[in-house]
Amino acid sequence: MLQSTEVLREKPMRVITPTVQVRTPEPTTSKDEARPCIVASHLSAFFGETAAVKDVSISIPQNAVTAIIGPSGCGKSTLLRCFNRMHETVASARVEGSVEILGSPIYGDGTSPIAVRRHVGMVFQRPTPFPTMSISANVAAGLRVDSKSHAARGATSEIVEEALQRAGLWAEVKDQLDESAMALSGGQQQRLCIARALATRPRVILLDEPTASLDPLSTQKVEELVYDLRQTVTVVIVTHNMQQAARVSDGTAFLLMGELVEFASTRELFTAPRDPRTESYITGRFG
Amino acid sequence: MTSLPVNWLEKEKDRRKLNVDASAFSDKVYEGLTAACALVVPGLVIAIAVAVFAAAWPAFAKLGLSIVTTSDWDVAGGHFGAAPAIFGTMVSSAVALIIATPLAIGVAIFLSEFSPSWLRQPVGFLVDLLAAIPSVVYGLWGIFVLIPLLREHVMPFLRDTLHLGATPFFSGPAYGPSMLAAGVILAIMALPYISSVSREVLMAVPRSQREAALALGATRWEMIRDAVIPYARSGIIGGIMLGLGRALGETMAVTMVIGNRPEISASLLAPGYTMASLIANEFSEATNDLHLSALMAVGAILFIITLIVNAVARWLVWSVSRRRAQ
Amino acid sequence: MRTARNRHLVSGAMIGLTYTAAALATLPLLFILFHLIVKGASSISLDFFTHMPKPVGETGGGMANAIVGTLILIGIASVIGLPIGIGAGLHLAEKKTTPLAQTTRFLADVLNGLPSIVMGIFAWEVLVRPIGHFSALAGGVALGAMMIPLVTRTTEEMLLVVPTSLREAALALGYPKWRTSISVVLRTALAGIVTGALVAVARIAGETAPLLFTALGNQFWSTSIREPIAALPLQIFTYATNAYEELHRLAWAGALVLISIVLVISLAARFVTRSRFGAPVD
Repeated sequence: MLQSTEVLREKPMRVITPTVQVRTPEPTTSKDEARPCIVASHLSAFFGETAAVKDVSISIPQNAVTAIIGPSGCGKSTLLRCFNRMHETVASARVEGSVEILGSPIYGDGTSPIAVRRHVGMVFQRPTPFPTMSISANVAAGLRVDSKSHAARGATSEIVEEALQRAGLWAEVKDQLDESAMALSGGQQQRLCIARALATRPRVILLDEPTASLDPLSTQKVEELVYDLRQTVTVVIVTHNMQQAARVSDGTAFLLMGELVEFASTRELFTAPRDPRTESYITGRFG
Repeated sequence: MTSLPVNWLEKEKDRRKLNVDASAFSDKVYEGLTAACALVVPGLVIAIAVAVFAAAWPAFAKLGLSIVTTSDWDVAGGHFGAAPAIFGTMVSSAVALIIATPLAIGVAIFLSEFSPSWLRQPVGFLVDLLAAIPSVVYGLWGIFVLIPLLREHVMPFLRDTLHLGATPFFSGPAYGPSMLAAGVILAIMALPYISSVSREVLMAVPRSQREAALALGATRWEMIRDAVIPYARSGIIGGIMLGLGRALGETMAVTMVIGNRPEISASLLAPGYTMASLIANEFSEATNDLHLSALMAVGAILFIITLIVNAVARWLVWSVSRRRAQ
Repeated sequence: MRTARNRHLVSGAMIGLTYTAAALATLPLLFILFHLIVKGASSISLDFFTHMPKPVGETGGGMANAIVGTLILIGIASVIGLPIGIGAGLHLAEKKTTPLAQTTRFLADVLNGLPSIVMGIFAWEVLVRPIGHFSALAGGVALGAMMIPLVTRTTEEMLLVVPTSLREAALALGYPKWRTSISVVLRTALAGIVTGALVAVARIAGETAPLLFTALGNQFWSTSIREPIAALPLQIFTYATNAYEELHRLAWAGALVLISIVLVISLAARFVTRSRFGAPVD
């Protein structure tokens, strides 16, 4: 079990504010998790003059599932979108503070948001397969295939298969790879989007309420696959469903009105929360 | 899974710097191209205004208001009074609106309120299709079908059977080509515009408005009269103005059925003239510069009138959709 | 007396009136189609499409030069109108409320209502007068200018139907903005955009007034863009207002051909976009 101090020794950074306590993450099999994956430092995100995320500092561990919970409008989606520089795609949106992924600042001078997004996968609340593309074309959409050679195409189809396997969709669609993605059910489409995000072999994958529009069976399938993914990818999942957070995540962060109230291992947050506001939320007094 | 080096984003930056710069450049090119395309639209409006007014200026300078106020169109003598044409444009459009508006609103109400669902698409389509028929086809039909029909049946009916011949509006000889014929054709051409806009605004009235009226005990007609139409009123007026704009500018069909006689007459049964017909008939044979400039001046007046009518129409229709969005 | 029974009678009567209005409104179209078929169908033959008009007084002949002329004019117009219209539509759909976007949107609608004869005299002033003679090019440009606002608005409408979530998904994959717009948004809306383009083509194919002083018309066979050129609507106009019966017959046939093209395209357009229309809004 790692101690907080070991994490700190790797790279000097001011990550912890007085109100946040970093908890030790659950053990995983990879030895890369010595270094945290995402480190946000005094991060604030604005829509015009309104701050949706206020001075959040958080250190998200590698190869683990971290959930972000909170009532609607608390800024959890906005926070997530700061991690792949999607927040700034909205007009009059801006970000203050810094975010580092695997040690590299993503808001640095000259850092291209496009390069960041290629290495961080994202899945949205509603499944968004590209309607004019086939299933395999959808999965390969994020890849940059520079040559049309037979070898390149062969490599692409291998990557497509691997991504679909990791998303748990391969068995269901392997015979219809050239058919339109719109022929799939909602749950399958969402897993297709997960496969599409996985195809570029990102180190981080961000899930914004991925099961909100799915039926219970599909939800279960997605949760299982999220749980499996943590062996190879860092997962950050935003969810309004506390039970889901409890089921799939190793660590959970509770956001309220743009502020990070508490971040702890899931077990601790849900059984012995430190902050009274956390306790009120998880016992259902609001939200 | 191989682990990426500490500064994976740094390496990424170097390796793909060219590509990243290329993206930023491509984005700028894309935005520039699309903005340039968008600029063509206002550019075109300005170009048309400038070209037409510049060419019309000599006539305005020399003739002044007499273009609008006098009736004497004498090419050889240098007098260009387009009053009959302006009069004809107004009257033919007015007749068109009088005929088309009740029909169009009736159809719109039918389609949005009472039509059985299997009829809605076909009837709506048939009415909308009227807008797709080319003007010259209307004119052809007008010459060989409508005018004989009017001359042999409708006009005698109006003049003799209904004794409307006693009034100045239906007096005089009726040979067929007439203001009435133009009005009827224009009514058919304006109908789909009024109807389509009215149908849209009527359908946009929220169901809650309708249900509130019905819950108070209104009959279906009363619900429409008191709850739906007032809500959609400015949109409907916008639709009527759109139809007006179409009627004002219509050239071919009108030229083929109105008789092309440059005289002001109170009778609908008499032939007449419109601004568009005037230009269409004389432009390619304009003999001298002043003649040409006078025709351009008529064109300029037509341009301004239709510009204003269409701008007001659009503003009215927009205000309904903006209100709905609130 | 406003008894309940009277009010219901009035209501019923008004409803009946709207049914009547609907019936009356569909009559003209059916009437016109009927006459076109009756008077024009008999003249439609292979000859009509392949032969030139015969000298006055002789029977037979066709409108081959007019049909080819219309095709050439549509071609020139599309080359001008489609790229500019689609580009402007893309700009409007993305920029939404900037001053340029709002002005363009407003003026495009205003341009759509511009009398086509004003467009004709404008094209004459700019493309015929300086050059000294009429030409197919001038006619094509006039028609192209009319296409621009049409294509702009239909393109914008079709692009706005594409959900923003698709654009976000593409951005999240690391697509640059231009690639998102073209490979994802435009591609998704393509069917609707093509339909809008076809409808615009059908619209201008039937226009006569802009051609009166630009393309002028041509009795003879000509495919040169620098010369006057025949066009189907122009020919119909000339023949319809002519004294000879034989030419009237050809005019009806030409009108039938013209309206068949328009009808087919309108039906196809309706079919492609059928899911977007229908029941009243809630």
